[in-house]
Parts: sequence; structure tokens; C-alpha cells
Amino acid sequence: MSGHLLRAHAPISDAAWAMLDSEAQERLVAALAARKLVDFSGPHGWEQSATGLGRVAPIAAPPCEGVVARQRVVLPLAELRAGFELSLAELQDLDRGAVDADLGPLDAAAHQIAIAENIAVLHGWEAAGITGITEASTHDPLPLGDVAEGYRRPVATAVERLLSSGISGPYALALGREQYRRVVETGEHGGYPLLDHLKKIVEGPIVWAPGVDGAVVLSVRGGDFLLDCGQDLSVGYESHDGEGVRLYIEESFSFRVATPEAAIALTA
Amino acid sequence: MGFDQYHEPPNELPAATRTFARLCASLTEEAEAIGWYEQRLAVETDSEATAVMRDALGEEYKHFSMDLEFLLRRTPQWREIAQGVLFKAGDIVEHGEEAEAEAGDEGDRARPGGGGDGFSGSLGIGSLKGASL
Repeated sequence: MSGHLLRAHAPISDAAWAMLDSEAQERLVAALAARKLVDFSGPHGWEQSATGLGRVAPIAAPPCEGVVARQRVVLPLAELRAGFELSLAELQDLDRGAVDADLGPLDAAAHQIAIAENIAVLHGWEAAGITGITEASTHDPLPLGDVAEGYRRPVATAVERLLSSGISGPYALALGREQYRRVVETGEHGGYPLLDHLKKIVEGPIVWAPGVDGAVVLSVRGGDFLLDCGQDLSVGYESHDGEGVRLYIEESFSFRVATPEAAIALTA
Repeated sequence: MGFDQYHEPPNELPAATRTFARLCASLTEEAEAIGWYEQRLAVETDSEATAVMRDALGEEYKHFSMDLEFLLRRTPQWREIAQGVLFKAGDIVEHGEEAEAEAGDEGDRARPGGGGDGFSGSLGIGSLKGASL
């Protein structure tokens, strides 16, 4: 059991906690694009500190002569935390049955941490030692262009390049916010939605991916990209006073690309 | 195949709960299969047939174990009780009662939404792979 979230210390009823968790989950699931695309391992718990990479590095100075020394290489898990503050009065109104309590700060924090995870996985997070999918890709990026009607060609080209590289499907298309908006508002000649056409090209999901710059076509056959989760997204307690309660959403994870050639970036 | 692993309307259930229900259904099916193979092996006299079925039974053991591990990873209270019962010599019922009692105090607060520290904290989102939008 994990007690580090200190939820019992918050002046929040169980019923209100249930509503906060439900709200957080709803907001997170909508925006967690990377998890819709990559393999997920875990959750392994808050105590998990690193992901084994199956590699060793030499140690220059062994304890004595006559032995060879090596050290296992690991990727430390990174922690992400998005803090927010809720009004005590609003939380008390939740208990009174209010259906319009202001949970805006929670929604914003959920969106922000989802964006952070999306960026780390899809574009990388150098400071945490995470190489993202587009960073690792061995393919030259393809320009998307400014007009959604022109998206079919680069998406189809990306799929063909993946096939040529021996990367089987199904594939998925992750679209940044602007690119997604353009796609859903575009109908082709005859009224056939562009979104449906793109789905047929990739034979997999189209994912709204806030935080993504441009778009990414990648294989979702499995085994190519791995998100290793320690503590899965959770709501914890930080402090409170007479006016408000300071809470946070937190997770720990690492990410590895096993097959760099299994994705292609489409630049905005 | 129907969707009768859902007890509540599927469209009202979060994705994580639907996944959990699928794995619960799979666990049940694997346990049933293990029971069926035990019965078949008990009556089969053809040695070649029994060899084939023993091999199949091993597969069911593996599938059952994988399903169980998946479910335990996502259910901290269940996992804690299981840790007090599984792979331990001695009285099974006694271990079960002890494990339940130890998890009980926390368990009362461990349901999702509970504020107590017994709650694992996870929102239970996990993998969303395959989901659109």
C-alpha cells in the first residue's frame, strides 16, 4: 500500500474524493494520447526507481587485479507532478450535492500532466534521459502542409515507408491539436469525412494528441515502444488552510524506443 | 460472442473497468478449462491423447497465471491479500483470514475514492492502447 499521497490528511470527504478521482480520470483519459499508442508496463508502484535496460557499462577500476568489472545500465524513472488548489467552500458544496462545483484547477492540472507525458513519449525529454518516438525515428520527417486536404498524401507515404522498412501494421496517427481540428472539420469531395479516410489508410486509431507538434504515424503492432510505469497517475494531498486545499496529480515512469524505424514524424 | 462479462451498461463503464472485466472473464475461462482438462485426463486411456491434453493444460496454467497477475497489479488490496495467501506453507484458511484482517483496516478506506492512506492512489488508468481520440 502506498501512503505517500497523504490523502487521509486532506479535509476532503470520501464522497468528494470519489468525485475528484472521477473528474481527474475523465480529463486524463481524454488527453493521454501516448498511452493509446505505446505498450504499457505496470504500474509497478511508487517504490520502483528504474527500468533495467539489459545492458552493462564497463567499470574502469575493479576492486583488484584479475577481474573484469561491469555495471548494469538502468533508466531512472522520472516523476511528474502537477499541483492545483481547490476552494474548501467548493469541496463542501460537492458534499451538499452541487453538480457545478468549480474543479477547473484540477482539470487544468490533469490536462497539463497529460501533455507532459505525451511530449516525453512522442518527442522526448532529454533532461530525464528519455528519447522520444520522433527523436529516435530513423526516417526523415515528412511535411504535412497547412491544408488538411493535403494530409492524405504524407500519411499514405509514411505508411508506405514503414512497410518498406519491414514495419507491419496496424498503424496509428497522432495529431497535434491544430492538425486534429483541421482534420475533423474537413470533408472531401462528396462529403466523405477526411478523418474516416485517414483511418482507412492507417488501419488503426486516430488520436488527438495535445502537446504533439504536427503529427506522428507509428506502428501499434506492439513491441516497438514501451512506457514503464511506476506509480500510475494519482491524486495526492499537499497542504491546506482555511481557504483552500492544495493537491496534485502525480506519476512516475520511463519510456524506451525499441524500434526507432517504427515511426515517422509529420511536421507542421 | 456476446458482451456478458459486463454487469453494468458498457457505455457507462470507464475503459479501465472494461479492461478489468475482460481479464476477470478470461481468468474464469482459464479456470474452467483447467477443470475440464483435469476431468478429461482422469478418464482418458490413450497415452498419446493424454500427452496432448497435458501440454494444453500447461498452457491454461500459464494463461490463468498471467490473467491473475494482471488483475493483482491493478488491485492493490487484492494483491495484498493474495500475498498473504499464495505460495505459503501452512493452513490456507488461517492465512486467508490473517491476510484479510491485515488488509481490512486499510481496505475499508482502500476503495477508489477513499481518502485513507490505504488507498493505493492510482486512478486505475493504466494502458489505453487501442483507444481512439
